[in-house]
Amino acid sequence: MELLNEIFIEPFVLMADIPDLFVQTIWEGFVSGILYALIALGFVLIFKASGVFNFAQGIMVVFAALALVSLSQFMPAWIALILTIGIMALLAIGIERAVLRPLVGQDDAILLMATIGLTLFLQGVGETVFGGEPKAMVTEELGLPTGSTDWSPFEGWRVTLQHIDVAAVVIATLMVIGLAIFFSKTRIGRALRAVADDHTAALSVGISLNQIWAIVWFAAGIVALVTGIMWGARSDVSFALEVIALKALAVLILGGFTSIPGAIVGGLIIGIGEKVFEVYWGGIFGGGVEAWFAYVLALIFLLFRPQGLFGEKIIERV
Amino acid sequence: MKLKHLILGGAVAAMTAAAPLTAAMADGHGKELYIPNLSYRTGPFAGGGIPFANGFNDYFAMLNERDGGIGGVKIKVEECETGYNAQKGVECYESTKGNGALVYNPLSTGITLQLIPKAPVDKIPVLSMGYGLSAAAVGTKFPWTFTYPTSYWSQMSSILKYIDANGGLQGKKIGFIYLDAGYGREPIPLLEKLAPQLGFEWVGFPVAGKDMQNQSSQWLNVRKERPDWMIMWGWGAMNATAVREAVKIRFPLDRFIGNWWAGAHADLDPVGEDGKGYKAANFSGVGTDFPALQDVKKYVVDAGKSQVEPDKVGDVLYNRGLFNAVLIAEAIKTAQEMTGKDVVTGEDMRMGFENFDLNEARLKELGLEGFTGAVKGSCADHEGAGAIFIQQWNGSDWERTSDLITPMTDVVRPLLEEAAENYISDKPNWQTQECS
Repeated sequence: MELLNEIFIEPFVLMADIPDLFVQTIWEGFVSGILYALIALGFVLIFKASGVFNFAQGIMVVFAALALVSLSQFMPAWIALILTIGIMALLAIGIERAVLRPLVGQDDAILLMATIGLTLFLQGVGETVFGGEPKAMVTEELGLPTGSTDWSPFEGWRVTLQHIDVAAVVIATLMVIGLAIFFSKTRIGRALRAVADDHTAALSVGISLNQIWAIVWFAAGIVALVTGIMWGARSDVSFALEVIALKALAVLILGGFTSIPGAIVGGLIIGIGEKVFEVYWGGIFGGGVEAWFAYVLALIFLLFRPQGLFGEKIIERV
Repeated sequence: MKLKHLILGGAVAAMTAAAPLTAAMADGHGKELYIPNLSYRTGPFAGGGIPFANGFNDYFAMLNERDGGIGGVKIKVEECETGYNAQKGVECYESTKGNGALVYNPLSTGITLQLIPKAPVDKIPVLSMGYGLSAAAVGTKFPWTFTYPTSYWSQMSSILKYIDANGGLQGKKIGFIYLDAGYGREPIPLLEKLAPQLGFEWVGFPVAGKDMQNQSSQWLNVRKERPDWMIMWGWGAMNATAVREAVKIRFPLDRFIGNWWAGAHADLDPVGEDGKGYKAANFSGVGTDFPALQDVKKYVVDAGKSQVEPDKVGDVLYNRGLFNAVLIAEAIKTAQEMTGKDVVTGEDMRMGFENFDLNEARLKELGLEGFTGAVKGSCADHEGAGAIFIQQWNGSDWERTSDLITPMTDVVRPLLEEAAENYISDKPNWQTQECS
């Protein structure tokens, strides 16, 4: 009886009792969701173009953010940002030349293993060049807002909006819109979609697979950089950020591996879902449900809708 | 045939080359005291592992340079990267124990728990300095494990004592945010026992390792629960994130106390001015205003023989690593004096750890006066029940803000004895010892 009360009564009483906490929880979940979606977006871009699940996306987030922070010690942050974009471009070209090109036509599992190898390589290079200590993001130097504003429409209410969170939402939204336009309206974007639909057919009409791959990895690198700046500004830049990227796996299962809108909707469902579940139902499990909520939700989706919310349903004839 | 000749030739050459080395070992030259350093300079916890490893290495390097080692024998420190991972830690242990290891410092409760049963088998003591299994403080039940200068349970009781002295504990709600791993969960049994005894309520906020930098849910829960004080058992990137989140929900930072692994420069430097007021426990001195630290700078850092950045010497975790080395050096010296041997073994070290006496006079002699409280080895008490002090972040550095706070030994010791008894109850062949 007590358990039923904890599940069906208490959480809703609490929501009504402290409504500003509920709004704050939704907002925090929304921001987390947007950031999960950003990470997932990096995965989607590469998966769409090459069918590779890029295990290295998490370390790319850390690598890009560390490069930016480290370069900022020697030059203005904006120049460091431009140089970091250059580093991510070189990285994309290097990956295409050294990793992907020799593996054209190989099984997907081999390409996955190659991205795991890439992860280890970037970890090693990152730790050697930038060191393992956490570093503060150069938030103010980049012109990003800091501080917070309280939203108190009623007496006794307090919903705190961190300016960096608002900026994260705006930047992520702009980025998604930009990518959507890029992939639907530009020649390269259409070529990418052609490659995603059918490699062989795309090749036969003269689309350069190598060029497309390099562009897509570069785009994923830029997404990683933006994600690293935003996560880093909320906490710090450290190698612990890499593991947050694992949550994007659950986001992808929810949204579908090939859908940009799917990544966003999946990110928001998981972001908001895990915060609300942790705050209102977490006590039943002794807390810490955020650690597994996303994966359980993904498991349920795998059982009932394996292609995700927006993924393409694959029908194979046997 | 050629291959056979090559192998034989190689073997002869190797034996010839080794002969002078063997002779040197026999007549006393080339001897060394081998100490593995299970460190982590990579991974999510490197922020804490790097300064600790540097302080640890540099103290021994200083002894080698200044004194020619300990008792005339040079110390060889060999690092093995664990990444704060228990499996890798055990691999490091297995790969180094055959080199004549004198003691293991796992710098991880997870690794410590794995090594505790191995220590009596391989006869190499484990020093989990202020971490690991609290029950290992009971020397009669854990002859091979030491937690000097104190244990997690004792530390928690000292923090509670501090809270009691600053507004009272009775009727208060204590929030406990912790890394959801062996380390973070370690003091929970004590909180469960002490809460009814001392009349406070506690509520836990676990943080999964992969969510160290994603703690907004936990802090929404803190806002929901409204605790009077927060205590943190954090490590690595978790600490800075927790302080930032506390600032975000406007939790009063002077009522937020981290344990001694949640109060380093590496934790608060990235937070800066925003973290002003946050408190943490500590048991080792901060800064370089100690003759021993000056010697480390002179003989090691300034001579370019250290991996540390010069301005990081004296940081909290650098000094903590250095103190870890001091305890080992004292145990070696004691073991040498007790056995009359200059190259001691793991078994001798165990004796050294039970008999060293790092009193005020000895600390002064070592150039560490006021660096820490006195610690005395003992057969029955393997933690020393050392005191802690509270330090506070002033926006750019740590400042000591309390006197030494001794643990509630009268309350904690019976609980430690009970926990030790429980630990060995299902291990019929567990090695114990009698202490007079």
